[in-house]
Amino acid sequence: MDYKFRDNLIEKFFLLNGIVVIFILLGIFLILLSNSLPAISSVGVSEFLTSARWNPTAYSGDNQYGILAKIVSTLMVTFGSMLIAVPLGVAAAAYLSEVASSSVRSILKPALEILASIPSVVIGFLAIVVFGPLIAETFNLPHGLNAVNGSIALAIMSLPTIISLSEDAMSSVPTEYRKASLGLGANRWQTLTRVTIPSSLSGIFAAVMLGMGRAIGETMAVLMATGNAPRMPGSFFDSVQTMTATIAIELGEVPYYTEHYHALFVIGLVLFIMTFMVNLASDIILHRYRRGE
Amino acid sequence: MQNWKQRLGFWTLRTSALLVLAVLIFLLGDIILKGGGVIDLEFLSSPPRQGMTAGGIFPAIAGTLYLSLITALVAVPLGVMGGIYLSEYASQGKLTRLIRMSIRNLAGVPSIVFGMFGVAIFVNYFGFGLSLLSAGLTLGIMTLPVTITASEEALKSVPDSYRQGALALGATRWQMIRTCILPPAVPGMLTGSILGLARAAGETAPILFTGAAFLHPHLPDSPFSQFMALPYHLYILATQHHDISRVRPIAYGTALVLIILVLILNIGAIILREKLSRRYRR
Repeated sequence: MDYKFRDNLIEKFFLLNGIVVIFILLGIFLILLSNSLPAISSVGVSEFLTSARWNPTAYSGDNQYGILAKIVSTLMVTFGSMLIAVPLGVAAAAYLSEVASSSVRSILKPALEILASIPSVVIGFLAIVVFGPLIAETFNLPHGLNAVNGSIALAIMSLPTIISLSEDAMSSVPTEYRKASLGLGANRWQTLTRVTIPSSLSGIFAAVMLGMGRAIGETMAVLMATGNAPRMPGSFFDSVQTMTATIAIELGEVPYYTEHYHALFVIGLVLFIMTFMVNLASDIILHRYRRGE
Repeated sequence: MQNWKQRLGFWTLRTSALLVLAVLIFLLGDIILKGGGVIDLEFLSSPPRQGMTAGGIFPAIAGTLYLSLITALVAVPLGVMGGIYLSEYASQGKLTRLIRMSIRNLAGVPSIVFGMFGVAIFVNYFGFGLSLLSAGLTLGIMTLPVTITASEEALKSVPDSYRQGALALGATRWQMIRTCILPPAVPGMLTGSILGLARAAGETAPILFTGAAFLHPHLPDSPFSQFMALPYHLYILATQHHDISRVRPIAYGTALVLIILVLILNIGAIILREKLSRRYRR
């Protein structure tokens, strides 16, 4: 067999391996869609998206599949987690990138890697045994499994992403910018707040979006921390059940190919679309920003 | 005035960074203090007894190791081959951009969605049922973006002069990759793959409905058998057990074993990386 022919064949083989990823992503979307369709056609899009009543196993047989309360719960804990993680994460990133000495950095960076490697089920466990009682005591509640707890758990989970990507964005600001600012008589704090952070804002924004995408899709930590009350949340001290938690609890119990099974895939589809949008947005920002350099 | 502002500003930044560090120390400290006393040889080597209120977690440890093996068998070869394509063959075009975009988006897909994919495809469509195989394939696909990216980066870090030298001696492209590019890239690929596997080993959501079992005291005897896994076992002990307070020490012990396992993999990968980057410099 001649070499050229064989080399071409090998190249085609590797191309196939590259394309596999596209097929997997597309496959995930199509499987969510095709498994959702039976429920969408029998329940209707409007009930799914506008009703807050989720009762897939009603005694009367009049099952209800509104997922609005779950979407709201997901957005609520995500918003709460970002309220904690964004200021804390960006500040820590600024410290790492602009202030910390290299010896401090050599302690903090591995610490972040360790924090990132802690499995979400462990964070969820700690939410039950440590944060829960703490929250209950502080706010005088019967128990601490609520949206606040979920937000804290999610904040811890998204901090490593936000910190390390924001730090990358700040350190990639050209040194000339800083030197020019310092040369004009600004001090280091002014340089940081008026030059470095503004010029890395798109990168920081992309980091926050990625952290947010992670928070929306996180399952075990919220499942264990939030108390799982499947109704419309009234405040951050209510127990909530997010989209991911609903799937995690019910998909293991439900008989395959029932309306309930397909309804859970509708939640999965909505979840997939939400995270896809957030990730795509961050991807676009990040790449425009890289090209701009 | 400006100096005072700067001092306050930097103090705030430092406090934020230290707060993150404090959270980590607090979390690890709590688990080490309360889980450390539980772990002994019997805990590591015996199955749960008396409704999980006594005995150990050996089947869960073994299950996680078996599962990681299948995950690796799926994610590493596919990841290496995908990495070879992206680093050595792909041209700057629409298709390559699409592949890269898919990899990044796949990395952002929630783990529970991978679990649903696993149920629909492996458990039901292929008929593998609730099994080690279904769960391992699901985790393998989830880990694929990590192994591809790691492999590509490892290959890219091999100097171009290696490629030019091989081609100038008359090697074909594949001969060049096989003999000159892959060997020096293997350690880098290994490091990235281990980090991906460590993440997969700690995942719960993708195995919830693809094969993890509440209690399965015997070791899985085939890829089609159900299994226990450390993260799932911790979830059960923390939320689903009827006597939560009595199993709490065992839950702490399980959490500590899981963290140690994940950290060993992570630290192993980091040491490997340091060692090899030093060898390169020489």
